[in-house]
Amino acid sequence: MSISSESAKAYWGENLRIIMTYLAIWFVVSYGAGILFVEQLDAISFFGFPLGFWFGQQGSIFVFVVLIWAYVASMNKLDEKYDVQE
Amino acid sequence: MLSYLFIGGSFLLYIGIAVWARAGSTKEFYVAGGGVHPIANGMATAADWMSAASFISLAGLISFVGRDGSAYLMGWTGGYVLLAMLLAPYLRKFGKFTVPDFVGDRYESSTARIIGVVCTIVISFTYVAGQMRGVGIVFSRYLHVDINTGVILGMAIVFFYAVLGGMKGITYTQVAQYCVLILAFTVPSFFLSAQVTGHILPQIGLGATLETGQSVLATLDQLSLDLGFAQYTAGKKSTFDIFCLTVALMCGTAGLPHVIVRFFTVPRVKDARTSAGYALIFIALLYTAIPGVAGFGRVNLIQTLNGPDNTGTEYAEIPSWFKNWENAGLLGWNDRNGDGKIQYAAGAAFDGKKGKPSYAEGDERGEFGQRLASNAKADANFDAAKQPFANEVYVDRDIMVLANPEIAQLPAWVIALVAAGAVAAALSTAAGLLLVISTAIAHDLMKKTINPNINDKQELMYARLAAVVAICIAGYFGINPPGFVAQVVALAFGIASASVFPTLMLGIFYKRMNTQGAIAGMLVGLISTVGYMWYFVFGGGDSADYFMGVSPGGFGAIGMVLHFVVAIVVASMTPPPSEEMQRIVEDLRIPRGAGEAHAH
Repeated sequence: MSISSESAKAYWGENLRIIMTYLAIWFVVSYGAGILFVEQLDAISFFGFPLGFWFGQQGSIFVFVVLIWAYVASMNKLDEKYDVQE
Repeated sequence: MLSYLFIGGSFLLYIGIAVWARAGSTKEFYVAGGGVHPIANGMATAADWMSAASFISLAGLISFVGRDGSAYLMGWTGGYVLLAMLLAPYLRKFGKFTVPDFVGDRYESSTARIIGVVCTIVISFTYVAGQMRGVGIVFSRYLHVDINTGVILGMAIVFFYAVLGGMKGITYTQVAQYCVLILAFTVPSFFLSAQVTGHILPQIGLGATLETGQSVLATLDQLSLDLGFAQYTAGKKSTFDIFCLTVALMCGTAGLPHVIVRFFTVPRVKDARTSAGYALIFIALLYTAIPGVAGFGRVNLIQTLNGPDNTGTEYAEIPSWFKNWENAGLLGWNDRNGDGKIQYAAGAAFDGKKGKPSYAEGDERGEFGQRLASNAKADANFDAAKQPFANEVYVDRDIMVLANPEIAQLPAWVIALVAAGAVAAALSTAAGLLLVISTAIAHDLMKKTINPNINDKQELMYARLAAVVAICIAGYFGINPPGFVAQVVALAFGIASASVFPTLMLGIFYKRMNTQGAIAGMLVGLISTVGYMWYFVFGGGDSADYFMGVSPGGFGAIGMVLHFVVAIVVASMTPPPSEEMQRIVEDLRIPRGAGEAHAH
């Protein structure tokens, strides 16, 4: 491999941090808003939906799509920074 | 007539593509030559993933259970986030053909490989049985052939393009099938939404306010309460149970072998990530329309059955869809109060566990021309404090999506389109599953375990042979469906989340994970999950004895936790994997140098 082991370690560390950040959002939106706190959020009305219900049946799916594309962009940038892209 | 044209036309299209994309080598057969564009792969993944369950059953399920259906919507989409970030890019870098291939090579053990093969085959077969039933329902209802002829026809089509074209044929057919199924789902949903709310997009329509001044969801809540059902937007299951179910469905999605294998078909690691992104966009187009279809369908169903004045509809006046589905055995009416009117409310109209009518051989008819079931409830008791009348109707959840356009009286071509879409959804998933089964047998069992000396041509022959056998077995299940298809599909997700997903994740993220830990973990996850589901679904276990109130469908989450704990504990007590393997794991974390998916 052309890449040194320190830089491989640093790349992996940053990769893990990116994953953790996005998965934290993933968890809060789906398990947090859609399941654990759904009753509390349902008291709020959002475009005719109770907010918790909306997160559970619509909102979380939109957020998932955005998360994957944000991850793709972050990783492409990271790959270039460490010069490991293909 | 239109149904014949639409379904027949779509079949011709699939066959044409299959002839154009024949597979010549094992590499083309297993991973489509490894050169599929991410957008095409995203569509193929979406079609592969969205089965008869997504197309036919999910909206129907949500229509009947309301908010608790969120677990399925989030579970079956959120899994892609896990796939994109935790599995797909690294598995692509590792560069193998199958899931057992990764497990066997990473853990340097043919025992681990064989456990992987067993998981793959069990998951895929349980899943494929449900697809064939979906094809059967559509054929029997729209083409007026009996279910068996329908299943055999479906088998013949899949046989043609899966055996001939392998992954290459399947990939490009799935792209076409995606286009058919997404049109077939969204077009009627636009019609429905426009009809009920005046908004074209069901995503917005579901939140709209009706002429009565009430929102759609508030109307649904009101209708449900008036008829003795629980409120549509309120949850019925415990929060912990829904939590576990969502975890099991998400991790199960990420661990399904036929979805994972799609990420081996793209040229680069980067493309594996973007593929997951495209796939989820294509899936979200359908999934975000589902809650709308479910809600509008529910409103239409209740209003059609109970009539404008809420006292019921004369059986003689009911639209023809009701009688058609009654003839197909998926709907039933038991005139408990003898007034000749159909009334729909909470409670069961027929005896037995599911309240489903059982019709005897022959065609026995009652005084109004309705089919007579042998298990019709004799009394007309109901709780007058909660509902205005006793329930007289059984509606199978699986017919909601198919019957929706008829209930809403949409044009005939929309109804034909929906039928073609349902067949596309079922066939595309069935083909993907059959390919995974044949690859696991030809590549992982024959080539890698039993006889490593066979050449490429022989391996390809075994793969085709295995596909033929798999199609026949799947067809058998389609004609003689086990009465527990839905539970069996839950089993597939449970196994995937308790065995495949954790072992792949540990293989990538935990360098120290070794053979012993992996085998122990997989066995514990597999056995605990299968045992729990078996006991409570088939063994007569009582729901009062659920572990922490978790239903069998959600137990995959507990099985997964057990897998992680056991694997890590066992690995820490046994020697680490070889230096070389640790180096390989470090290497698979770096995108550069992925090359093509290879066999050796």
